[in-house]
Amino acid sequence: MNWRMTRLGCLFLCAMLSCVAQAIDSERAFEDDAMQSRYQKIIAEVRCLTCQNQSIKDSNAPLAQDLRKVVREQMAAGRSDAEIYAFLQARYGDFALYRPPFTARTALLWLSPLILLAIGGFAVFRVVHRRAALDIDTDGD
Amino acid sequence: MRFLAPLAIFALLGIVFVIGLRGGDPGEIPSPLLSKPLPEFTLARVLDSTEQVSSQTMLGAPSLLNVWGSWCVNCAVEHDFLMRLAESGRIRIFGLNWNDERANAQQWLADRGDPYQFSAHDGEGRVAIDLGVYGAPETFLVDADGTIVHKHIGPLTDAIWRDDFLPRLEALSQ
Repeated sequence: MNWRMTRLGCLFLCAMLSCVAQAIDSERAFEDDAMQSRYQKIIAEVRCLTCQNQSIKDSNAPLAQDLRKVVREQMAAGRSDAEIYAFLQARYGDFALYRPPFTARTALLWLSPLILLAIGGFAVFRVVHRRAALDIDTDGD
Repeated sequence: MRFLAPLAIFALLGIVFVIGLRGGDPGEIPSPLLSKPLPEFTLARVLDSTEQVSSQTMLGAPSLLNVWGSWCVNCAVEHDFLMRLAESGRIRIFGLNWNDERANAQQWLADRGDPYQFSAHDGEGRVAIDLGVYGAPETFLVDADGTIVHKHIGPLTDAIWRDDFLPRLEALSQ
């Protein structure tokens, strides 16, 4: 194996991984590791309202930047995760949170996977049941 | 029985699509601030950085709070309407200048005319976040006591004014 190729490959791999590791903010928000990971978790849970299929962690829209700033400030001020989510929810509604609270309005959203699973399960059950009922040759020939 | 299941699925999908298509803009998010008091703010005025303007000024009669920025394409679209509305004297219009450079905002008002009683300069977007603003232009109809009666996202037009704002405004003055 060509040694140079291997080294080049390693270098390429490192370059790719560094892209993954780089956050949208050029600097860490908090020195403290626990705070930093809490921050990363919160901003991944908040929807960027102007670019609706991204979290404020993934978006560099001005509003996402402003909201990240708000999250940083409130964390620094000692607010809990729940308080920060409540702050955003009061202004932007349930839609701002990727995990909205379970209410009458969000019930269908939360329950639809279960409903689909039930429909799928029922369909499988019926197919299996019907096949079992068929008088087929169990020897397979 | 054999054809019933696909037919039922088709009918169900049809209903879902009709609801989805007629439901309006899916990007439009209902504001939790409706029927709630307008968040109070005090900011520097766009036209004069030494002058403070406050949401208190809006109280006493119904008013509009229009969120705009010189960077905002659709704000240019609705500007003519705002100018005409201001001239009609039907309602006072206040501006919230969002995430904008003051010089650009001043230039905008000088070039296109100023329909606002004042425009508050929200350079850091703090008040905009308190208002749940996510895309300019947004327009809030606020009653005399400072309660948010209606919110419109997107440029104002004569039709939107006639259908969505005027009936609510008339209900307020009764």
